[in-house]
Amino acid sequence: MKFQQRMVVFCLVASGALISSASFADTIKIALIDPMSGPMGGVGQNFQRTWELHIAQANEQKWAGDHNFELVMFDNKGSPQETLTHFKAATDQGIRYVVQGAGSGAALALEDAVNKHNERNPGKEVVYLNHSAVDPDMTNAKCSFWHFRTDAHSDMKLLALVDAIEKNKKIKKIFIIGQNYAFGQQVSKGAKELLKQKRPDIEVVGDELHPMGQVKDFAPYVAKIKGTGAQAVITGNWGADLALLIKAAKEANLKADFYTFYAGVTGAPSSMGAAGAGRVKGVSYYTPNIVKFPGHEVVEAFKKKYNDDYYVMGITNSITLLSQGIKEAKSTDPVKVAFAMEGAKFKNLAGEMAEMRKSDHQLQQPLFVTSWTKVDGKKIKYDQENQGHGWKVEARFSAESLAMPTSCEMKRPAQ
Amino acid sequence: MRLSRPHFSSPSWSFHLEFTLITLLNGLSYGLLLFMLSSGLTLIFSLMGVLNFAHASFYMLGAYFACAISSKIGFWPALVSAPILVGTLGALVEHYGLRVTHKYGHVAELLFTFGLSSVVIEFVQVIWGKTAVPYPIPPSLDGPLFTLYTTPFSMYRAFIMGVAVFMLVAIYLLLTRTRIGLVIQAALTHPDSVESLGHNLPRVFMHVFGGGCALAALAGVVGGNAFVTEPGMAASVGNIIFVVVVIGGMGSLAGAFIASLAIGIIQTFAVAADFSLLDGVTKLGMVVTPQTLGYTALKISVSQVAPVLPYFFLVIILIFRPKGLLGIREA
Repeated sequence: MKFQQRMVVFCLVASGALISSASFADTIKIALIDPMSGPMGGVGQNFQRTWELHIAQANEQKWAGDHNFELVMFDNKGSPQETLTHFKAATDQGIRYVVQGAGSGAALALEDAVNKHNERNPGKEVVYLNHSAVDPDMTNAKCSFWHFRTDAHSDMKLLALVDAIEKNKKIKKIFIIGQNYAFGQQVSKGAKELLKQKRPDIEVVGDELHPMGQVKDFAPYVAKIKGTGAQAVITGNWGADLALLIKAAKEANLKADFYTFYAGVTGAPSSMGAAGAGRVKGVSYYTPNIVKFPGHEVVEAFKKKYNDDYYVMGITNSITLLSQGIKEAKSTDPVKVAFAMEGAKFKNLAGEMAEMRKSDHQLQQPLFVTSWTKVDGKKIKYDQENQGHGWKVEARFSAESLAMPTSCEMKRPAQ
Repeated sequence: MRLSRPHFSSPSWSFHLEFTLITLLNGLSYGLLLFMLSSGLTLIFSLMGVLNFAHASFYMLGAYFACAISSKIGFWPALVSAPILVGTLGALVEHYGLRVTHKYGHVAELLFTFGLSSVVIEFVQVIWGKTAVPYPIPPSLDGPLFTLYTTPFSMYRAFIMGVAVFMLVAIYLLLTRTRIGLVIQAALTHPDSVESLGHNLPRVFMHVFGGGCALAALAGVVGGNAFVTEPGMAASVGNIIFVVVVIGGMGSLAGAFIASLAIGIIQTFAVAADFSLLDGVTKLGMVVTPQTLGYTALKISVSQVAPVLPYFFLVIILIFRPKGLLGIREA
């Protein structure tokens, strides 16, 4: 009994010492909870590399003052259930910053878990930086003070994509295909609504949802698309699901244009090769081929270090925002940092101004519609996955033109 | 008077034919790949009574071995050597693993193969990493074989079909025309008599197990580059081959053949069917709105349930014909 009491006293003193040291130089642990294995593992590994590269930069160049960042990995295999288990493990280790991006299913579960955790553990709040999960609900009906999204949500991206479709008058029939989960369903719903407004003459000839990460042979789906005579396909597929879809489309000589969200993500460029040139479009906050691109160093350092392509600018945004928040709050306490990050403005890697909108924590930044094009050494310098093809900018959309109203009613803690 | 001139934008007859034929070919090639996988499983089960849970793992090993070998000495040597290597590995597993657990009954054997499948996945992840490995189709087989109206049919899919048919004929001849085949067949029904005639039954078991694993590996060699070679590939076919074997009838090679083709073709065509219960109900004259009870369930189209259709058949078969299509004994 006596011993236990003594231990409690000791622990209190020790933790007191830790807290007081926080104001000097702290090691800020960041938990990355994303798939590192399975069909989406390639994407998760690219996330990890981007985080590692930036954390090394941030520590060396003192982005967050004297504080150092440290990355802690958790492989959620893309599953919402495992995400929650790992989130519990991360908070048990005392980690106060979690980052996640692959899959809105896991993201929605995590946002909910973070809310509950913070409600039940005052003084141990956790901030969730979402670098890639794009379900609009996360910054609308389900918005949270603890959640910050540094990528555009799917409706904003669709706005840009549908604008490109609107201008392409040869499109009369469109086929929508997606993964059967939160994001795929949102894309299908949003695309139909926007097309009705902007191009009512276009007929949606197919609206297909398939299980995520399960289909190995997309030939039957491609045969179906071909059967409908669609001139264009809209797809939110990513990871292996997009790579295999494009592979099957190439094999069956499908001539439709592909309007994609993630054709610049690991695996897809290799399966497109030259066959996708001019026919695969993407929407992105970044491509190294934009005019006067200021981020050459990062892109080249990444290629040199990992022999892989940098593409997740949402991660760069996240660490920039976090470092800036810590400096401004003069603290590493997540509550103070979260308040400091609200409304923060910074220049992103594409050289554009970005603003973390206070009302819903949705980053506002320009987007580009791009087209898969052969590298010419002048306008298109950077290829992807050594395919000799890269992304050419076809149109730029300003942050203002993409700003969407939010239904978020933000509940803020006492400051 | 009725004028029935086709509308300009409506797909023409040849278009439907093209779609049907291509879908049929895709279904056939997928079905034949399933058969390559399930034939070994059903053979092992019929002879040894062992439900080999690790069967799909040998399929995965085949793909990974072929990937490693083909990057060094080319695809064609890999096509032959990878199944032989995996077959030898299978024989060793039988000799030093299954045979030992055999005396503790079927549950022990089942648990052994179940554990083995986990071990193989971990082994593969440690050596080749957790994500997909690059295993390209050999250049000589890359490209279209023929073009059906506007859709090319790839040479590699035809090659898969060819390998499967060749394998089917080879097994049939081996089982019916050779001495080894006769012993295996006799061992199926009268193991005691075969043993008393002086045949080494455990050795026959070992060969069959190794052979079955080699067949799975062969499927892995050709399936690995047609689709993806990754640690999840065993799990993605693991369930479906059990469905094939149960529907076809435990231990029936012909049943497995029919079931795999049927599943391959039905699943491929189901993807194309947009028909849902909602359409049926509306055709019957009922008014259904999004407010109607069970609207979301009614709205699900056949194409959306395509991936689970085989499991639906599995349940139906188990209820109405538990021994399977061509099975002999009750499961």
